[in-house]
Amino acid sequence: MNAHAHILSPESHFIDREPYYEAVGNEIAIFEAAYRNKLPILLKGPTGCGKTRFMEHMAWRLKRPLITVSCHDDLTASDLVGRYLVKGGETIWVDGPLTRAVRCGGICYLDEIVEARKDTMVVIHPLADDRRELPMEKVGQLLQAPEEFCLAISYNPGYQSVLKDLKQSTRQRFVALEFDYPAPDLERRIVANESGVDVGMAEKLVKFARMTRNLKGSGLDEGASTRLLVHAGKLISSGVDPVVACQNAVAQAVTDDADMLAAIQELSSSLF
Amino acid sequence: MASQQLTRVEIEALLDVWLETEFTFHHVGPVARSLSKLERADQDFVLDWIKRIATTHITLAFHFAKRAPDLIRRLDARAIEAWALQLCDTYDRAGMYAALAVAEQVDAYSRTRQTHTEGALYDDIAGVLGNFVRGLSGRKLTIEQGDAVYTDSEKIVLPAITSLLASRDDNFKLAKARVALLWAQTRYGTLRADIAGACAGYPHPDRALHQFNALETLRLTACIGRELPGLHREMQRLMALLGDELPAPWQALADRLAVADARVEDSLGLLDAAYHLPDFQTWCYQGELRPDSVAAARAARMEKEKARLRIKLAELLQEHQSAQQDEPRDATASKPEFEVTPRDENGALDFEITLDDAPIAPPDDVRRLLTSVYLDFGEIPPEYLSPAGEGEYDPKQVFDQPEDPDAVWHGTYHEKGAELYPEWDHGRQHYRKNWCVMREKSVTPVHDDFVQKTLDKHSGLVRHLRRKFEALRDENRVEKRQTQGDEIDLDALIEAIADAKDGREMSDRLFVRQHRAERNIAVAFLVDMSGSTKGWINEAEREALILLCEALELLGDRYAIYGFSGTTRKRCELFRIKTFDDIYDGEVKARIAGIRPQEYTRMGFALRHMTKLLNQVEAKTRVLVTLSDGRPDDYFDVYRGEYGVEDTRMALLEASRTGIHPFCITLDREARDYLPHMYGAARYIILDDVRQLPVKVTDIYRRITT
Repeated sequence: MNAHAHILSPESHFIDREPYYEAVGNEIAIFEAAYRNKLPILLKGPTGCGKTRFMEHMAWRLKRPLITVSCHDDLTASDLVGRYLVKGGETIWVDGPLTRAVRCGGICYLDEIVEARKDTMVVIHPLADDRRELPMEKVGQLLQAPEEFCLAISYNPGYQSVLKDLKQSTRQRFVALEFDYPAPDLERRIVANESGVDVGMAEKLVKFARMTRNLKGSGLDEGASTRLLVHAGKLISSGVDPVVACQNAVAQAVTDDADMLAAIQELSSSLF
Repeated sequence: MASQQLTRVEIEALLDVWLETEFTFHHVGPVARSLSKLERADQDFVLDWIKRIATTHITLAFHFAKRAPDLIRRLDARAIEAWALQLCDTYDRAGMYAALAVAEQVDAYSRTRQTHTEGALYDDIAGVLGNFVRGLSGRKLTIEQGDAVYTDSEKIVLPAITSLLASRDDNFKLAKARVALLWAQTRYGTLRADIAGACAGYPHPDRALHQFNALETLRLTACIGRELPGLHREMQRLMALLGDELPAPWQALADRLAVADARVEDSLGLLDAAYHLPDFQTWCYQGELRPDSVAAARAARMEKEKARLRIKLAELLQEHQSAQQDEPRDATASKPEFEVTPRDENGALDFEITLDDAPIAPPDDVRRLLTSVYLDFGEIPPEYLSPAGEGEYDPKQVFDQPEDPDAVWHGTYHEKGAELYPEWDHGRQHYRKNWCVMREKSVTPVHDDFVQKTLDKHSGLVRHLRRKFEALRDENRVEKRQTQGDEIDLDALIEAIADAKDGREMSDRLFVRQHRAERNIAVAFLVDMSGSTKGWINEAEREALILLCEALELLGDRYAIYGFSGTTRKRCELFRIKTFDDIYDGEVKARIAGIRPQEYTRMGFALRHMTKLLNQVEAKTRVLVTLSDGRPDDYFDVYRGEYGVEDTRMALLEASRTGIHPFCITLDREARDYLPHMYGAARYIILDDVRQLPVKVTDIYRRITT
């Protein structure tokens, strides 16, 4: 096999095939209106409910490159804006992803923003209000964002931890879109469409997800997401037994607790 | 070499001692004879348990001994152990009469008298099955241990052991099938019907109830077949293993109840026909129907849920109206109306709520209430949907209120609102379940000059401690020569370039980065408030706490302070002095000043409760420091002596098993012999002089947290 990864430059990477996305409500219209008015957007919702897919879909719709940054607890401002690197005995400035998105008028999507260090979030403040500018102190420049630039962030309010909450000064700059797991009919369609299982199996998977979501709060932090159902569905379409697929793609993904794993296993073996 | 079997005489001699036959006159001869026929390993096992149970009650041990030799041939050791523990627990909870009833029941554990079965024990399966049943739709049911298999529409009761089948796995599957059928009774309306009323009309209501249970088992089995096909297959397999089958005369009824829209009313309609059929042989996964306990649970629930739902709807209405304030409302418009449409299809139960025809998303608690009400009525009665008026309900009576820990003693039910903790019984080599009745109370603050006096008295020490603790503070600093970082480390870069020019290897440590310090420690102090601390020790404890707080405030560690005392297991008290959330202010200082010696030293419950509290705090390191003046002791109780030492030891072990670092500071000078054993899991220090305490405590804290 002659495997090789494609090398893509984020600024010039446009999504040309429509990413599959089923609208739950009027989120597409709201996003477009916010984009036209140069307002930044905050996506709220549990993991795996389609936030990232929605962003890809919107990037395709608006025909802008999408630059995604997955935030982590060691993400510093320089990681976003850029830094000097040493090359052959000389220092050269390298733009960070946020700067690149601003320069090319793309959509910058900061995924799971609460994971980033508190001081990091402040650098997006001037970009997220009507100034729309990115100060680059180290090079002594102020970057004015073009019309096309758009800032979007996501966060999962379900963490229930004081340490993982979004500051008011940050959150009050954004137009917020709330996401949740889709209604059963829609979720069934999504699972069937994405994984290739038949409607009957998709329905059972959705039922199974509901069962795990019932367990939220009594030992599970989060029920099975739509993404996990799609994973399970893909395994099933490749010939894996449904109970085994649910155990590996769903149960093991949502918990490590032995009792809870056993309980989820019992639920799936009852269902299929 | 296998050891020799014990002879009848040897066994009888042991039993004579353990069961004190000289005074109790139990006839141990026959027991010894049947025990002497067992293999040595089985003999040892049974004798060990007889000895252990005898520390709880001799009569109980005798009844165990009488049945054990026969039982060990039929059940595996773990099941017998579970049964022995159930005997002791029942005795603890409900006395000898109830315990002897458990002893009688043991024959029900296995249907066949020959095979050697491996039972599924309640303690092993309850966790999994509890989560299993919570995952299913409908009201959130809980699982409890009891004397039979039944449900009261809120809890599902399972026996200590399920052992109808040979393998443990099959027994687990059987317990799961039982749980599922009992869940279905709540979910698919069995318990909604007036079962007792329907059966009362027959000459033999008990027989009617039995036949009705059979009809519902048929109907619900079909429901499970549609909803949970995998489980249904499993149920069929279990029935085949045990030879359960549908009697031919019942076939027609089963067919009528198997259709998708069969309801409990259909079963009631068929009861007449079923009453005259031959007795239905109970299926293995079928439980009992207990209309009385269902009625009791329902009566307790209904009014409360109605009130809660109406209050919640009123809140929802208010929220909704304030959101639309700017829209002028027509004064003549009718009162806003909620409408709820239940959607019970495809196994999922959901509700659509509209307010004046506009759909709204119900919050989770409203949805839960609606689910519960729907399961009770099969619909949402309209009177449940009118939002509660101002002051119509007293929220104190509708929502559970925290109990006043002192007020419970005026009532008769002394465990109300308390938390129950187990206690280690070393004689039984097992826990006594829900043994300690624990309540948190607060210390009456005393606003005197104690704090100021302490600070003045130890002013030199306070300054010294401040310096020492300040040095401990980890601060943000710039780290140089890193492989990654925000900025270039110019010094490093210049050196590296020079190196490169020299032909040496160039370092890749060319960056500076910000190190952000986080001291992530949570610590709980548990202070002895027993009567024996009166005088010097109490004063030293209070002084030590003041100094500690002063020092800890510098470090920014999260800390809590609790005092413990109590009289007997029924009155275990933990005094809040400072919780993790309290800030160190005048109130906390006054509470420290107000620490007064109370009653006795029962430590296990206090350690267990603090372990629980500490584990709820998010921190990398958790430390539990106890300050006590000596040996555990309680009023007129076995806690004095070995029992208390062993329980304390076990509680410390439990704490360290959850990752907590226990540390004990003790002032007991006489009895050093037992300390290493009791503090087994914990590090400890003995102070000879009470006056050292304030100085030492802060010093020790500094050492154990760095």
